[in-house]
Amino acid sequence: MASAPDIAVSTGRVARAGIYIFLLLFALFYLLPLFVMLVNSLKPLSEITGGNMIALPRVWTVEPWLEAWSTAQIGVQPTGLKPYFWNSIKMVTLAVAISTILGALNGYVLTKWRFQGDTILFGLILFSCFIPFQIVLIPMARILGIAGLAGSTPGLVLVHVVYGIGFTTLYFRNYYAAFPTDLVRAAKIDGAGFFQIFWRILLPSSGPIIVVSVIWQFTNIWNDFLFGASFSDLDSQPMTVALNNLVQSSTGVKEYNVHFAGAIIAAFPTLLVYIVAGRYFVRGLMAGSVKG
Amino acid sequence: MSFLEIRKATKSFGSVEVLHEMDIDIEEGEFLVLVGPSGCGKSTLLNMIAGLEDFTSGEIRIKGKLMNGVHPSKRNIAMVFQSYALYPNMTVAQNITFGMEMHGVPKAERLAAMNRVAEMLQISALLDRKPSQLSGGQRQRVAMGRALVREPDVFLFDEPLSNLDAKLRVGMRTEIKKLHQALGTTVIYVTHDQIEAMTLSTRIAVMNLGYMQQFGTPGEIYNTPANVFVASFMGSPPMNLIPAKVEVENGSLFAETLNHSGSNVRLRFARPGQSLKEYEDREIILGIRPEAITDRESADRNSSGMESIQNLVTVTEPAGSDTYVTSTLGGRDTIARMRADAGVQPGQLMEFVINMEKAIPFDPKTELRIA
Repeated sequence: MASAPDIAVSTGRVARAGIYIFLLLFALFYLLPLFVMLVNSLKPLSEITGGNMIALPRVWTVEPWLEAWSTAQIGVQPTGLKPYFWNSIKMVTLAVAISTILGALNGYVLTKWRFQGDTILFGLILFSCFIPFQIVLIPMARILGIAGLAGSTPGLVLVHVVYGIGFTTLYFRNYYAAFPTDLVRAAKIDGAGFFQIFWRILLPSSGPIIVVSVIWQFTNIWNDFLFGASFSDLDSQPMTVALNNLVQSSTGVKEYNVHFAGAIIAAFPTLLVYIVAGRYFVRGLMAGSVKG
Repeated sequence: MSFLEIRKATKSFGSVEVLHEMDIDIEEGEFLVLVGPSGCGKSTLLNMIAGLEDFTSGEIRIKGKLMNGVHPSKRNIAMVFQSYALYPNMTVAQNITFGMEMHGVPKAERLAAMNRVAEMLQISALLDRKPSQLSGGQRQRVAMGRALVREPDVFLFDEPLSNLDAKLRVGMRTEIKKLHQALGTTVIYVTHDQIEAMTLSTRIAVMNLGYMQQFGTPGEIYNTPANVFVASFMGSPPMNLIPAKVEVENGSLFAETLNHSGSNVRLRFARPGQSLKEYEDREIILGIRPEAITDRESADRNSSGMESIQNLVTVTEPAGSDTYVTSTLGGRDTIARMRADAGVQPGQLMEFVINMEKAIPFDPKTELRIA
């Protein structure tokens, strides 16, 4: 047998069918909201106000999507979500990349270049994971003001990097703790320096944990509303704030179909990250827990 | 001045001293084995030689050059790790040439050196593989190739064979010895296996609990162990250590001990040292190797110190090439090494012939050899 299935209990045919039906029902149940959103984003507003939320569109239209993307009224400007989407992409890409690299470097130093007091330092870094966002709003605003980064994308990137380092450091430290130190020693004897060992030896073997870090950071930063609402200007607002401004507008008709389309657009990138890298996510979380 | 010189090397972790004033001198081309039970500090000492651990105090010189504080890559050493430490993301070829790449050696030279080493170790067919696609023995070869390719002054081996199965281990042991004979490079080799130490080395440092127990050639270590620890650690089965009393009669020295029934047996020392006389009527520990106790037929006829005693066989252990025969001397189980076809049965009363030329007396208090 090439690959015996690793199952704890084997089940009979009937039980198996029961399990599948049960799981299928639940999957359908959980998919229902997505179905409602999709269906309503593809029908004219009149069909929704007519009172038929669950039904398939009688007239299929992509008009709400186009409107949400490029012409919908966001705050005072009829720009659609497009500019804010790019704001978010810029912010997320930078913040994820920087916090992941810094977390990896921290993990590398904390496990392979041990020094006096490193565990205390790690404890302090870890502590930042448990500080609620709301507590730091005012001090953070001061610092952004002093640094001249208030209301800008770099300012938001800084905030998210600072908040993300705790988690990324935790991930990489635990991952590198199981990484054989002999490899680092061998590389030292081979003449590799601090950064050469990092780039050539550790990072190429860090795939799973990089995926974990990227997914975690991407989801958190993309979905963040509080920092986005607090520290951004009109031209640096992220997607979440823009979506709120679209949906919560108190003037005019509530265009539910446009709102549904906008919400799906806002959720799409995180969904994509999970679909592309999700299986590595689980693998990375489990790494080291069973066998090194 | 020696090729490699270690003076009073001491290592502490916090308040715990794990290595106490080690002194080692070896000449170029020697094969030094650091041997001892786990926790004796041998790997720490090797890491200090490599530059991976700092000296708390003491000095190390290679070719007369002080190496304290010199970066590992600048000491012109190469190390083979117990875990092989092959870079998992690189191919065998990249693993072997990584060190040269880091030292800025041009690509053509790197390739030439790699091919030379790959041929020597017969791993040319594996050059494009990743370490995960190799067997244990192949990984071992690649790890050695990575060390060889640098043409270092000193090779450091940290228990390189202990992850291999028993059969492969013996084969690789021979290959390491062959390589050393062919290249003539100085080797420092850490192991806890005393057979590896005996077979490979030109010089052995026996260590225990951070102290150097004895430093000498394999012959010195085996035939004149400095103390009870060395005597019992080196050799398999270990040296018999029998409680005895020194007697003097007509200018001859005897060791008096008890046989199986509790009656006295006297064994005349063939070559007593100067200070043994001072132990008259005092207790000593008499060390006798199993091969120095045999039956009459296989006794060494050239020895001038053959002593014969009658004793009861308690256990026999046929080991194929030899049979180990256990009897009781001085209240201790005493192992004798006999021919495979000696035909000895448990419960049998038989004649044991002891070669007293090979007997070594120890002081029971200090556990040092009585010279």
